[in-house]
Amino acid sequence: MKETSPLPARAIQLGFLASLMAAWFIIGRTGAISPLFVPPMEAVWRAFIALVQTDQFWSAVATTLRTIGEAYGIAVTSGVLIGYLVTRSRFLTQVLEPIVSGFFAIPITLFFPLFILLFGIGPASKVAYGAAYGFFPIALNTIAGLAGVNRNYLNAARSMGLSSFGTFRHVLFPAAFPVILTGLRIGFFICFASVLGGETISSVSGVGRNIALAAELMEPARMYAWIVVVIATALALNTLVSMVENRMRLY
Amino acid sequence: MSLTQTEMLDGRVIARHPPKYFAHGVTAVWTRRLIVLGALVLWEIWTRLAGNSELIAPPSSIVRALFSDILSDAAIRGAIMLTLFEVVSAYALAIVVGLAMGLAIGSTNLSRRSLFPVVLLLYAIPQVILLPLFTLGFGIGPAAKIAFGFSHGVFPILVNVVAGMRNVNPLYLKAARSMGARRSDIIRNVTFPHMVASFFTGLRLSMTMTLLGVILAELYVSTAGVGYFTKLFAETFDPAPLFALIGTLAIMAIGLNEIVRAVERRFTRWKDWAP
Repeated sequence: MKETSPLPARAIQLGFLASLMAAWFIIGRTGAISPLFVPPMEAVWRAFIALVQTDQFWSAVATTLRTIGEAYGIAVTSGVLIGYLVTRSRFLTQVLEPIVSGFFAIPITLFFPLFILLFGIGPASKVAYGAAYGFFPIALNTIAGLAGVNRNYLNAARSMGLSSFGTFRHVLFPAAFPVILTGLRIGFFICFASVLGGETISSVSGVGRNIALAAELMEPARMYAWIVVVIATALALNTLVSMVENRMRLY
Repeated sequence: MSLTQTEMLDGRVIARHPPKYFAHGVTAVWTRRLIVLGALVLWEIWTRLAGNSELIAPPSSIVRALFSDILSDAAIRGAIMLTLFEVVSAYALAIVVGLAMGLAIGSTNLSRRSLFPVVLLLYAIPQVILLPLFTLGFGIGPAAKIAFGFSHGVFPILVNVVAGMRNVNPLYLKAARSMGARRSDIIRNVTFPHMVASFFTGLRLSMTMTLLGVILAELYVSTAGVGYFTKLFAETFDPAPLFALIGTLAIMAIGLNEIVRAVERRFTRWKDWAP
Protein backbone atom coordinates (compact mmCIF):
# COMPACT_ATOMS: atom_id res chain seq x y z
CA MET A 1 0.00 0.00 0.00
CA LYS A 2 2.89 2.34 -0.68
CA GLU A 3 1.77 5.87 -1.45
CA THR A 4 3.14 6.33 -4.95
CA SER A 5 3.91 9.82 -6.09
CA PRO A 6 3.53 10.25 -9.82
CA LEU A 7 5.06 13.13 -11.71
CA PRO A 8 2.35 15.81 -11.24
CA ALA A 9 2.26 15.20 -7.47
CA ARG A 10 6.05 15.52 -7.23
CA ALA A 11 5.88 18.69 -9.30
CA ILE A 12 3.31 20.22 -6.94
CA GLN A 13 5.44 19.28 -3.91
CA LEU A 14 8.54 20.85 -5.43
CA GLY A 15 6.49 23.85 -6.48
CA PHE A 16 5.22 24.23 -2.93
CA LEU A 17 8.74 24.22 -1.50
CA ALA A 18 9.98 26.56 -4.25
CA SER A 19 7.17 29.06 -3.67
CA LEU A 20 7.83 28.94 0.07
CA MET A 21 11.48 29.77 -0.58
CA ALA A 22 10.52 32.48 -3.08
CA ALA A 23 8.07 34.01 -0.61
CA TRP A 24 10.78 34.06 2.06
CA PHE A 25 13.22 35.68 -0.40
CA ILE A 26 10.71 38.35 -1.51
CA ILE A 27 9.70 39.14 2.08
CA GLY A 28 13.38 39.59 2.92
CA ARG A 29 13.88 41.91 -0.06
CA THR A 30 10.81 44.08 0.33
CA GLY A 31 10.54 43.99 4.13
CA ALA A 32 6.80 43.24 3.94
CA ILE A 33 7.01 41.51 7.32
CA SER A 34 9.27 42.93 10.00
CA PRO A 35 12.78 41.45 9.65
CA LEU A 36 12.60 40.91 13.39
CA PHE A 37 10.02 38.21 12.73
CA VAL A 38 11.12 36.91 9.31
CA PRO A 39 14.76 37.81 8.66
CA PRO A 40 16.04 37.82 5.06
CA MET A 41 17.34 34.52 3.73
CA GLU A 42 20.90 35.78 3.18
CA ALA A 43 21.11 36.98 6.78
CA VAL A 44 20.08 33.54 8.03
CA TRP A 45 22.66 31.90 5.78
CA ARG A 46 25.40 34.23 7.06
CA ALA A 47 24.30 33.59 10.64
CA PHE A 48 24.39 29.85 9.97
CA ILE A 49 27.96 30.02 8.60
CA ALA A 50 29.07 32.12 11.57
CA LEU A 51 27.28 29.80 13.99
CA VAL A 52 28.88 26.60 12.72
CA GLN A 53 32.34 28.08 13.24
CA THR A 54 31.83 28.79 16.93
CA ASP A 55 32.75 26.36 19.71
CA GLN A 56 29.51 27.32 21.41
CA PHE A 57 27.56 25.66 18.60
CA TRP A 58 29.32 22.32 18.92
CA SER A 59 29.20 22.26 22.69
CA ALA A 60 25.45 23.00 22.64
CA VAL A 61 24.88 20.22 20.09
CA ALA A 62 27.01 17.83 22.14
CA THR A 63 25.08 18.65 25.33
CA THR A 64 21.73 18.09 23.65
CA LEU A 65 22.80 14.85 21.96
CA ARG A 66 24.19 13.48 25.21
CA THR A 67 21.00 14.46 27.05
CA ILE A 68 18.83 12.77 24.42
CA GLY A 69 21.06 9.67 24.46
CA GLU A 70 20.92 9.30 28.23
CA ALA A 71 17.17 9.99 28.40
CA TYR A 72 16.42 7.50 25.63
CA GLY A 73 18.71 4.89 27.17
CA ILE A 74 16.89 5.12 30.49
CA ALA A 75 13.49 5.10 28.79
CA VAL A 76 14.27 2.01 26.68
CA THR A 77 15.83 0.02 29.53
CA SER A 78 13.12 0.78 32.08
CA GLY A 79 10.25 0.66 29.58
CA VAL A 80 11.13 -2.72 28.10
CA LEU A 81 12.07 -4.21 31.49
CA ILE A 82 8.89 -3.06 33.22
CA GLY A 83 6.80 -4.03 30.21
CA TYR A 84 8.33 -7.51 30.33
CA LEU A 85 7.88 -7.91 34.08
CA VAL A 86 4.27 -6.72 33.99
CA THR A 87 3.29 -9.23 31.31
CA ARG A 88 4.78 -12.20 33.25
CA SER A 89 1.32 -12.80 34.62
CA ARG A 90 -2.04 -12.16 33.05
CA PHE A 91 -3.43 -10.90 36.35
CA LEU A 92 -0.56 -8.43 36.81
CA THR A 93 -1.17 -7.14 33.29
CA GLN A 94 -4.84 -6.56 34.05
CA VAL A 95 -3.98 -4.75 37.26
CA LEU A 96 -1.08 -2.59 36.14
CA GLU A 97 -1.66 -1.79 32.47
CA PRO A 98 -4.51 0.69 33.20
CA ILE A 99 -2.31 2.43 35.79
CA VAL A 100 0.47 2.95 33.25
CA SER A 101 -1.88 4.08 30.47
CA GLY A 102 -3.78 6.27 32.95
CA PHE A 103 -0.59 8.13 33.83
CA PHE A 104 0.17 8.53 30.13
CA ALA A 105 -3.16 10.38 29.68
CA ILE A 106 -1.87 13.24 31.86
CA PRO A 107 0.47 15.60 30.00
CA ILE A 108 3.84 15.11 31.72
CA THR A 109 4.74 18.67 30.74
CA LEU A 110 2.58 19.74 33.69
CA PHE A 111 5.17 18.19 35.99
CA PHE A 112 8.08 19.96 34.33
CA PRO A 113 8.51 22.47 37.20
CA LEU A 114 8.85 19.47 39.54
CA PHE A 115 11.67 18.07 37.44
CA ILE A 116 13.46 21.41 37.69
CA LEU A 117 12.81 21.47 41.43
CA LEU A 118 14.14 17.94 41.96
CA PHE A 119 17.00 17.75 39.44
CA GLY A 120 18.12 21.36 39.06
CA ILE A 121 18.33 23.50 35.97
CA GLY A 122 21.19 21.56 34.34
CA PRO A 123 20.96 18.65 31.87
CA ALA A 124 19.93 16.18 34.62
CA SER A 125 16.37 17.56 34.74
CA LYS A 126 16.04 17.21 30.95
CA VAL A 127 17.35 13.65 31.10
CA ALA A 128 14.70 12.81 33.71
CA TYR A 129 11.96 14.67 31.81
CA GLY A 130 12.83 13.09 28.45
CA ALA A 131 13.13 9.65 30.05
CA ALA A 132 9.75 10.01 31.80
CA TYR A 133 8.09 11.04 28.52
CA GLY A 134 9.78 8.31 26.49
CA PHE A 135 9.10 5.60 29.08
CA PHE A 136 5.33 5.42 28.61
CA PRO A 137 4.98 4.62 24.89
CA ILE A 138 7.80 2.08 25.18
CA ALA A 139 6.35 0.37 28.26
CA LEU A 140 2.79 0.42 26.89
CA ASN A 141 3.83 -1.00 23.53
CA THR A 142 5.98 -3.67 25.20
CA ILE A 143 2.99 -4.67 27.32
CA ALA A 144 0.67 -4.64 24.31
CA GLY A 145 3.15 -6.60 22.21
CA LEU A 146 3.95 -9.29 24.77
CA ALA A 147 0.40 -9.66 26.13
CA GLY A 148 -1.02 -9.77 22.60
CA VAL A 149 0.93 -12.86 21.56
CA ASN A 150 -1.49 -15.61 20.62
CA ARG A 151 -1.76 -18.04 23.58
CA ASN A 152 -1.96 -20.97 21.17
CA TYR A 153 1.57 -20.33 19.95
CA LEU A 154 2.89 -20.31 23.51
CA ASN A 155 0.97 -23.43 24.47
CA ALA A 156 2.12 -25.20 21.33
CA ALA A 157 5.76 -24.27 21.99
CA ARG A 158 5.51 -25.43 25.58
CA SER A 159 3.73 -28.68 24.77
CA MET A 160 6.40 -29.45 22.20
CA GLY A 161 8.94 -29.18 25.00
CA LEU A 162 10.57 -25.80 24.38
CA SER A 163 12.34 -24.34 27.42
CA SER A 164 11.10 -21.05 28.81
CA PHE A 165 14.12 -19.23 27.37
CA GLY A 166 13.58 -20.98 24.06
CA THR A 167 9.94 -19.91 24.09
CA PHE A 168 11.01 -16.34 24.70
CA ARG A 169 13.73 -16.44 22.06
CA HIS A 170 11.77 -18.14 19.28
CA VAL A 171 8.09 -17.40 19.96
CA LEU A 172 7.37 -14.58 22.39
CA PHE A 173 10.02 -12.11 21.25
CA PRO A 174 9.60 -12.43 17.46
CA ALA A 175 5.80 -12.24 17.80
CA ALA A 176 5.89 -9.12 19.98
CA PHE A 177 8.78 -7.43 18.20
CA PRO A 178 6.92 -5.29 15.61
CA VAL A 179 4.72 -3.70 18.28
CA ILE A 180 7.71 -3.09 20.60
CA LEU A 181 9.62 -1.56 17.69
CA THR A 182 6.78 0.92 17.11
CA GLY A 183 6.99 1.88 20.78
CA LEU A 184 10.75 2.36 20.53
CA ARG A 185 10.35 4.66 17.54
CA ILE A 186 7.57 6.76 19.08
CA GLY A 187 9.53 6.87 22.33
CA PHE A 188 12.59 8.16 20.53
CA PHE A 189 10.85 11.08 18.86
CA ILE A 190 8.99 11.97 22.04
CA CYS A 191 12.32 11.92 23.88
CA PHE A 192 13.88 14.13 21.21
CA ALA A 193 11.07 16.68 21.29
CA SER A 194 10.77 16.77 25.08
CA VAL A 195 14.52 17.25 25.65
CA LEU A 196 14.49 20.17 23.21
CA GLY A 197 11.31 21.49 24.83
CA GLY A 198 12.76 21.24 28.31
CA GLU A 199 15.86 23.09 27.15
CA THR A 200 13.78 25.83 25.56
CA ILE A 201 11.60 26.36 28.63
CA SER A 202 14.18 26.32 31.36
CA SER A 203 17.85 25.47 30.99
CA VAL A 204 21.38 26.82 31.00
CA SER A 205 22.80 24.99 27.98
CA GLY A 206 21.90 23.00 24.90
CA VAL A 207 20.24 23.66 21.56
CA GLY A 208 16.81 24.59 22.93
CA ARG A 209 18.35 27.12 25.30
CA ASN A 210 20.28 28.70 22.42
CA ILE A 211 17.12 29.12 20.35
CA ALA A 212 15.35 30.80 23.27
CA LEU A 213 18.43 32.94 23.95
CA ALA A 214 18.63 34.12 20.33
CA ALA A 215 14.96 35.09 20.53
CA GLU A 216 15.44 36.94 23.82
CA LEU A 217 18.44 38.82 22.43
CA MET A 218 16.42 39.77 19.34
CA GLU A 219 18.77 37.99 16.95
CA PRO A 220 16.21 36.41 14.59
CA ALA A 221 18.80 35.41 11.97
CA ARG A 222 20.68 33.29 14.50
CA MET A 223 17.43 31.83 15.83
CA TYR A 224 16.36 30.84 12.32
CA ALA A 225 19.78 29.29 11.70
CA TRP A 226 19.32 27.14 14.83
CA ILE A 227 15.77 26.23 13.82
CA VAL A 228 16.98 25.14 10.38
CA VAL A 229 19.64 22.96 12.02
CA VAL A 230 17.05 21.25 14.27
CA ILE A 231 14.52 20.73 11.47
CA ALA A 232 17.19 19.23 9.22
CA THR A 233 18.32 16.95 12.05
CA ALA A 234 14.76 15.87 12.83
CA LEU A 235 14.00 15.05 9.20
CA ALA A 236 17.30 13.19 8.78
CA LEU A 237 16.64 11.18 11.96
CA ASN A 238 13.13 10.41 10.74
CA THR A 239 14.48 8.99 7.50
CA LEU A 240 17.25 7.10 9.28
CA VAL A 241 14.90 5.57 11.85
CA SER A 242 12.39 4.40 9.27
CA MET A 243 15.25 2.85 7.27
CA VAL A 244 16.56 1.01 10.35
CA GLU A 245 13.02 -0.04 11.22
CA ASN A 246 12.36 -1.47 7.76
CA ARG A 247 15.63 -3.38 7.94
CA MET A 248 14.76 -4.80 11.36
CA ARG A 249 11.26 -5.75 10.29
CA LEU A 250 12.74 -7.89 7.54
CA TYR A 251 14.74 -9.75 10.15
CA MET B 1 1.77 13.20 23.01
CA SER B 2 0.19 9.82 22.75
CA LEU B 3 1.14 8.88 19.25
CA THR B 4 0.37 5.27 20.08
CA GLN B 5 -3.17 5.77 18.89
CA THR B 6 -2.22 6.61 15.35
CA GLU B 7 0.45 4.86 13.51
CA MET B 8 1.99 6.18 10.36
CA LEU B 9 3.15 3.55 7.91
CA ASP B 10 4.10 4.52 4.39
CA GLY B 11 2.23 7.75 4.80
CA ARG B 12 -0.98 5.93 5.62
CA VAL B 13 -2.41 6.28 9.05
CA ILE B 14 -3.98 3.30 10.71
CA ALA B 15 -6.14 3.97 13.71
CA ARG B 16 -5.40 1.50 16.47
CA HIS B 17 -8.19 0.50 18.75
CA PRO B 18 -7.70 -0.39 22.40
CA PRO B 19 -6.64 -4.02 22.69
CA LYS B 20 -9.32 -6.49 23.72
CA TYR B 21 -7.26 -8.83 25.83
CA PHE B 22 -7.39 -6.67 28.97
CA ALA B 23 -10.52 -8.04 30.58
CA HIS B 24 -11.48 -6.05 33.63
CA GLY B 25 -12.14 -8.52 36.40
CA VAL B 26 -13.45 -7.37 39.75
CA THR B 27 -10.35 -8.69 41.56
CA ALA B 28 -8.09 -6.79 39.19
CA VAL B 29 -9.99 -3.55 39.78
CA TRP B 30 -9.77 -3.89 43.58
CA THR B 31 -6.12 -4.90 43.50
CA ARG B 32 -5.44 -1.82 41.39
CA ARG B 33 -7.26 0.44 43.84
CA LEU B 34 -5.33 -1.09 46.72
CA ILE B 35 -2.02 -0.55 44.92
CA VAL B 36 -2.81 3.13 44.28
CA LEU B 37 -3.96 3.58 47.89
CA GLY B 38 -0.84 1.82 49.19
CA ALA B 39 1.38 4.05 47.06
CA LEU B 40 -0.31 7.17 48.49
CA VAL B 41 0.13 5.90 52.07
CA LEU B 42 3.80 5.09 51.43
CA TRP B 43 4.28 8.55 49.88
CA GLU B 44 2.70 10.16 52.96
CA ILE B 45 4.83 8.17 55.42
CA TRP B 46 8.05 8.61 53.45
CA THR B 47 7.70 12.40 53.02
CA ARG B 48 6.82 12.85 56.70
CA LEU B 49 9.75 10.80 57.95
CA ALA B 50 12.55 11.23 55.45
CA GLY B 51 11.50 13.57 52.65
CA ASN B 52 12.96 17.00 51.99
CA SER B 53 10.06 19.34 52.75
CA GLU B 54 11.37 21.94 50.30
CA LEU B 55 11.01 19.54 47.38
CA ILE B 56 8.24 17.03 48.05
CA ALA B 57 5.02 17.45 49.97
CA PRO B 58 2.95 14.63 51.53
CA PRO B 59 -0.48 14.02 49.93
CA SER B 60 -2.37 15.29 52.97
CA SER B 61 -0.76 18.74 52.84
CA ILE B 62 -1.27 18.85 49.06
CA VAL B 63 -5.01 18.39 49.58
CA ARG B 64 -4.94 21.05 52.28
CA ALA B 65 -3.03 23.41 49.96
CA LEU B 66 -5.59 22.77 47.22
CA PHE B 67 -8.31 24.34 49.35
CA SER B 68 -6.29 26.89 51.34
CA ASP B 69 -3.98 28.21 48.60
CA ILE B 70 -5.28 27.28 45.16
CA LEU B 71 -9.07 27.34 45.12
CA SER B 72 -9.42 30.21 47.58
CA ASP B 73 -7.04 32.50 45.69
CA ALA B 74 -8.93 34.52 43.07
CA ALA B 75 -5.75 35.16 41.05
CA ILE B 76 -4.97 31.44 40.75
CA ARG B 77 -8.61 30.59 40.00
CA GLY B 78 -8.44 33.20 37.25
CA ALA B 79 -5.21 31.65 35.91
CA ILE B 80 -6.82 28.20 35.74
CA MET B 81 -9.87 29.63 33.94
CA LEU B 82 -7.55 31.46 31.53
CA THR B 83 -5.72 28.23 30.71
CA LEU B 84 -9.04 26.46 30.19
CA PHE B 85 -10.14 29.26 27.87
CA GLU B 86 -6.87 29.04 25.90
CA VAL B 87 -7.19 25.26 25.51
CA VAL B 88 -10.84 25.43 24.40
CA SER B 89 -10.21 28.24 21.88
CA ALA B 90 -7.13 26.53 20.43
CA TYR B 91 -9.00 23.22 20.21
CA ALA B 92 -12.02 24.78 18.48
CA LEU B 93 -9.73 26.47 15.95
CA ALA B 94 -7.82 23.22 15.39
CA ILE B 95 -11.05 21.29 14.73
CA VAL B 96 -12.43 23.82 12.23
CA VAL B 97 -9.19 24.35 10.32
CA GLY B 98 -8.06 20.72 10.54
CA LEU B 99 -11.38 19.36 9.28
CA ALA B 100 -11.63 21.91 6.45
CA MET B 101 -8.06 21.39 5.28
CA GLY B 102 -8.34 17.62 5.67
CA LEU B 103 -11.49 17.50 3.54
CA ALA B 104 -9.86 19.74 0.92
CA ILE B 105 -6.65 17.70 0.76
CA GLY B 106 -8.36 14.32 0.89
CA SER B 107 -11.05 15.10 -1.67
CA THR B 108 -9.08 14.23 -4.81
CA ASN B 109 -6.28 11.80 -5.52
CA LEU B 110 -3.99 14.47 -6.91
CA SER B 111 -4.31 16.85 -3.98
CA ARG B 112 -3.78 14.04 -1.49
CA ARG B 113 -0.71 12.65 -3.21
CA SER B 114 0.87 16.05 -3.65
CA LEU B 115 -0.02 17.82 -0.42
CA PHE B 116 -0.26 15.02 2.17
CA PRO B 117 3.51 14.34 2.17
CA VAL B 118 4.06 18.07 2.81
CA VAL B 119 1.70 17.87 5.79
CA LEU B 120 3.47 14.77 7.15
CA LEU B 121 6.80 16.53 6.71
CA LEU B 122 5.58 19.49 8.78
CA TYR B 123 4.09 17.10 11.34
CA ALA B 124 7.51 15.48 11.85
CA ILE B 125 9.17 18.73 12.98
CA PRO B 126 9.47 19.10 16.76
CA GLN B 127 7.33 22.22 17.03
CA VAL B 128 8.62 23.23 20.43
CA ILE B 129 11.68 24.83 18.81
CA LEU B 130 9.31 27.35 17.20
CA LEU B 131 7.99 28.42 20.61
CA PRO B 132 10.23 31.54 20.85
CA LEU B 133 9.01 32.52 17.38
CA PHE B 134 5.37 32.30 18.53
CA THR B 135 6.19 34.56 21.46
CA LEU B 136 7.89 37.03 19.10
CA GLY B 137 4.88 37.00 16.79
CA PHE B 138 1.99 36.91 19.26
CA GLY B 139 3.40 38.50 22.40
CA ILE B 140 3.38 37.06 25.89
CA GLY B 141 -0.40 37.13 26.35
CA PRO B 142 -3.02 34.42 25.70
CA ALA B 143 -2.77 34.84 21.90
CA ALA B 144 0.61 33.09 21.76
CA LYS B 145 -0.70 30.20 23.89
CA ILE B 146 -3.78 29.78 21.69
CA ALA B 147 -1.67 29.93 18.52
CA PHE B 148 0.84 27.41 19.86
CA GLY B 149 -1.87 25.07 21.10
CA PHE B 150 -3.59 25.35 17.72
CA SER B 151 -0.38 24.54 15.84
CA HIS B 152 -0.03 21.38 17.93
CA GLY B 153 -3.68 20.38 17.70
CA VAL B 154 -4.38 20.93 14.03
CA PHE B 155 -2.07 18.24 12.63
CA PRO B 156 -3.57 15.12 14.24
CA ILE B 157 -7.04 16.11 13.00
CA LEU B 158 -5.84 16.99 9.52
CA VAL B 159 -3.84 13.77 9.16
CA ASN B 160 -6.62 11.55 10.49
CA VAL B 161 -9.30 13.15 8.31
CA VAL B 162 -7.20 12.58 5.18
CA ALA B 163 -6.39 9.02 6.29
CA GLY B 164 -10.02 8.34 7.15
CA MET B 165 -11.18 9.43 3.72
CA ARG B 166 -8.61 7.17 2.16
CA ASN B 167 -9.36 4.12 4.28
CA VAL B 168 -12.93 3.68 3.09
CA ASN B 169 -13.29 0.19 1.62
CA PRO B 170 -13.10 0.70 -2.18
CA LEU B 171 -15.71 -2.06 -2.53
CA TYR B 172 -18.34 0.16 -0.85
CA LEU B 173 -17.46 3.04 -3.16
CA LYS B 174 -17.72 0.78 -6.19
CA ALA B 175 -21.01 -0.65 -4.99
CA ALA B 176 -22.46 2.82 -4.36
CA ARG B 177 -21.30 4.02 -7.76
CA SER B 178 -22.63 0.98 -9.60
CA MET B 179 -25.98 1.46 -7.90
CA GLY B 180 -26.09 4.96 -9.34
CA ALA B 181 -25.14 7.14 -6.37
CA ARG B 182 -24.06 10.66 -7.14
CA ARG B 183 -20.75 12.06 -5.90
CA SER B 184 -22.48 14.08 -3.18
CA ASP B 185 -24.44 10.97 -2.09
CA ILE B 186 -21.22 8.98 -1.83
CA ILE B 187 -19.53 11.61 0.31
CA ARG B 188 -22.55 11.98 2.59
CA ASN B 189 -23.57 8.35 2.96
CA VAL B 190 -20.38 6.33 2.45
CA THR B 191 -17.23 8.39 3.03
CA PHE B 192 -18.51 10.40 5.97
CA PRO B 193 -19.79 7.58 8.21
CA HIS B 194 -16.60 5.62 7.64
CA MET B 195 -14.44 8.62 8.38
CA VAL B 196 -15.99 9.14 11.81
CA ALA B 197 -13.81 6.60 13.68
CA SER B 198 -10.59 7.97 12.26
CA PHE B 199 -11.77 11.55 12.79
CA PHE B 200 -12.42 10.90 16.47
CA THR B 201 -9.00 9.30 16.89
CA GLY B 202 -7.70 12.60 15.54
CA LEU B 203 -9.92 14.58 17.91
CA ARG B 204 -8.66 12.63 20.92
CA LEU B 205 -5.03 12.97 19.90
CA SER B 206 -5.59 16.64 19.12
CA MET B 207 -6.92 17.31 22.62
CA THR B 208 -3.75 15.85 24.15
CA MET B 209 -1.55 17.84 21.77
CA THR B 210 -3.46 21.11 22.24
CA LEU B 211 -3.08 20.78 26.00
CA LEU B 212 0.61 20.08 25.53
CA GLY B 213 1.06 23.14 23.32
CA VAL B 214 -0.81 25.48 25.66
CA ILE B 215 1.05 24.22 28.74
CA LEU B 216 4.43 24.45 27.01
CA ALA B 217 3.71 28.04 26.01
CA GLU B 218 2.44 28.81 29.52
CA LEU B 219 5.61 27.43 31.09
CA TYR B 220 7.88 29.20 28.59
CA VAL B 221 6.69 32.71 29.33
CA SER B 222 3.63 33.87 31.17
CA THR B 223 2.77 36.84 33.35
CA ALA B 224 -0.63 35.83 34.68
CA GLY B 225 -1.47 32.27 33.67
CA VAL B 226 -0.84 28.92 35.27
CA GLY B 227 2.75 28.93 34.07
CA TYR B 228 3.48 31.99 36.16
CA PHE B 229 2.21 30.39 39.35
CA THR B 230 3.95 27.03 38.80
CA LYS B 231 7.22 28.91 38.31
CA LEU B 232 6.54 31.01 41.40
CA PHE B 233 5.89 27.98 43.63
CA ALA B 234 8.84 26.03 42.21
CA GLU B 235 11.25 28.92 42.67
CA THR B 236 10.13 29.62 46.24
CA PHE B 237 10.43 25.92 47.16
CA ASP B 238 6.80 25.66 48.14
CA PRO B 239 5.90 22.16 46.92
CA ALA B 240 2.43 21.68 48.45
CA PRO B 241 0.60 24.36 46.40
CA LEU B 242 2.73 23.43 43.37
CA PHE B 243 1.57 19.79 43.54
CA ALA B 244 -1.99 20.97 44.17
CA LEU B 245 -1.97 23.26 41.12
CA ILE B 246 -0.45 20.56 38.93
CA GLY B 247 -3.02 18.09 40.24
CA THR B 248 -5.85 20.49 39.41
CA LEU B 249 -4.56 20.85 35.86
CA ALA B 250 -4.13 17.08 35.54
CA ILE B 251 -7.76 16.59 36.58
CA MET B 252 -8.76 19.25 34.04
CA ALA B 253 -6.80 17.37 31.36
CA ILE B 254 -8.46 14.06 32.23
CA GLY B 255 -11.88 15.76 32.28
CA LEU B 256 -11.40 17.27 28.82
CA ASN B 257 -10.24 13.91 27.47
CA GLU B 258 -13.29 12.20 28.95
CA ILE B 259 -15.62 14.73 27.29
CA VAL B 260 -14.07 13.95 23.89
CA ARG B 261 -14.41 10.22 24.59
CA ALA B 262 -18.07 10.57 25.58
CA VAL B 263 -18.82 12.48 22.36
CA GLU B 264 -16.95 9.80 20.43
CA ARG B 265 -19.03 7.01 21.99
CA ARG B 266 -22.18 8.92 21.15
CA PHE B 267 -21.24 9.28 17.48
CA THR B 268 -19.77 5.85 16.84
CA ARG B 269 -22.67 3.98 18.45
CA TRP B 270 -24.10 3.05 15.07
CA LYS B 271 -21.11 0.79 14.49
CA ASP B 272 -22.31 -1.61 17.18
CA TRP B 273 -25.39 -2.57 15.23
CA ALA B 274 -24.40 -1.68 11.68
CA PRO B 275 -23.68 -4.78 9.60
